[in-house]
Amino acid sequence: MKLPAPRGPLGASLTDLLVHPPRDTDAVDEEVLTRWRDAATTTDPITDDDLQLTLWTLYALHYRGFDGVDDAWEWDPDLLRLRRVLEDAFESALLDQVPVPAPTAPELEAVAAALFAMTAPVPGPSVARYVSRSADATQAEEFLVHRSLYTLMEADPHTWAIPRLTGAPKAAMVEVQSDEYGGGRPDRMHSALFACTMRGAGLVDEYGYYVDRLPAVTIAALNVMSLFGLHRRWRGAIAGHLAAFEMTSSLPNRLYGDGFRRLGHDEGTTDYFDEHVEADAVHEQIAGRDLAGRLAEQEPDLVGDILFGAAACLYLDELVGRHLLDAWSAGASSLRAP
Amino acid sequence: MTGRSPQPATIEACPNGPLLVRGDVELVDADGKPIERHRRTVALCRCGTSAIAPFCDGSHKAIGFVTPS
Repeated sequence: MKLPAPRGPLGASLTDLLVHPPRDTDAVDEEVLTRWRDAATTTDPITDDDLQLTLWTLYALHYRGFDGVDDAWEWDPDLLRLRRVLEDAFESALLDQVPVPAPTAPELEAVAAALFAMTAPVPGPSVARYVSRSADATQAEEFLVHRSLYTLMEADPHTWAIPRLTGAPKAAMVEVQSDEYGGGRPDRMHSALFACTMRGAGLVDEYGYYVDRLPAVTIAALNVMSLFGLHRRWRGAIAGHLAAFEMTSSLPNRLYGDGFRRLGHDEGTTDYFDEHVEADAVHEQIAGRDLAGRLAEQEPDLVGDILFGAAACLYLDELVGRHLLDAWSAGASSLRAP
Repeated sequence: MTGRSPQPATIEACPNGPLLVRGDVELVDADGKPIERHRRTVALCRCGTSAIAPFCDGSHKAIGFVTPS
């Protein structure tokens, strides 16, 4: 994957470092740190292009890295300092903006019921309904491009949580992730199925290929998973995020499949969506009950975080959805200009 | 699958949702013909409105299906 084009001072500063291997002379002084802090002080970190893209770039070093970028940067202390500055801003914005769920008892049935209530289908406009009935071929492609940032590495951010869990919640997480990773069949990995969908729509299936076209909100929706996944203190939130993600998947994926069939796409292209109708009806039960519910019983103090993780997932998905529908209803592209 | 010991079946009745089936269970249709399982754990429709029956597709949520307590 190529490094993305910087969108501001944070990205420019990071790119300047990443073009060569880490050296002692790179040591970030107080002045640089102050510049980073200033650049991260923004009215809305969630929709700030420079902040979200730079954070995504830092996270990407922990996943697959970039062509020509030394792998040693992953644990470079100065980059971790930069990451912390950005994460602090992002976290504050989330705590500020995400609606706080009602207090819930740390019991399996109560937590599962709260999660299902938060994610219950609502009538009204949605990206899934739009894709199903109205989207044209260009809008359907845009939808895939937005989805590709996460889906071509589907399940990876939640996998960080596995060694941080024990007992029943761990077994539940592994059960879901094993299915996400194809149950031992590489061709059935959900990321591989989505790659098929991308190719079927005439798009490039290489991870990160379209990142320069994506707005901050789409990047933020993935960054929140990496934030929750990479910090053990957020293990409740990553469990709640997965539960909410799975609980809002089956019904929309049926509509996405219908939309792509309406546009004349074949089974190879719609397989990803059809697979998720069945898979996520299973996963939502496991993630809601055995993962989130059991984790709440095991660590009662995490109930608030579990529900916050779910609420953050829904909040960011809503922002992305609104971005797409607003652009399309204005007759505009939802992507940044190439 | 050789060397794999049989796993006793469990069926979990999820409140207001499907039956979650784990372990060795043979699914057959009304004529006794096997129904292919695509994953180790499956969710069977309990509300009667799934479009992919006998598997669950989440439709119970759209119709507000409530299991008797």
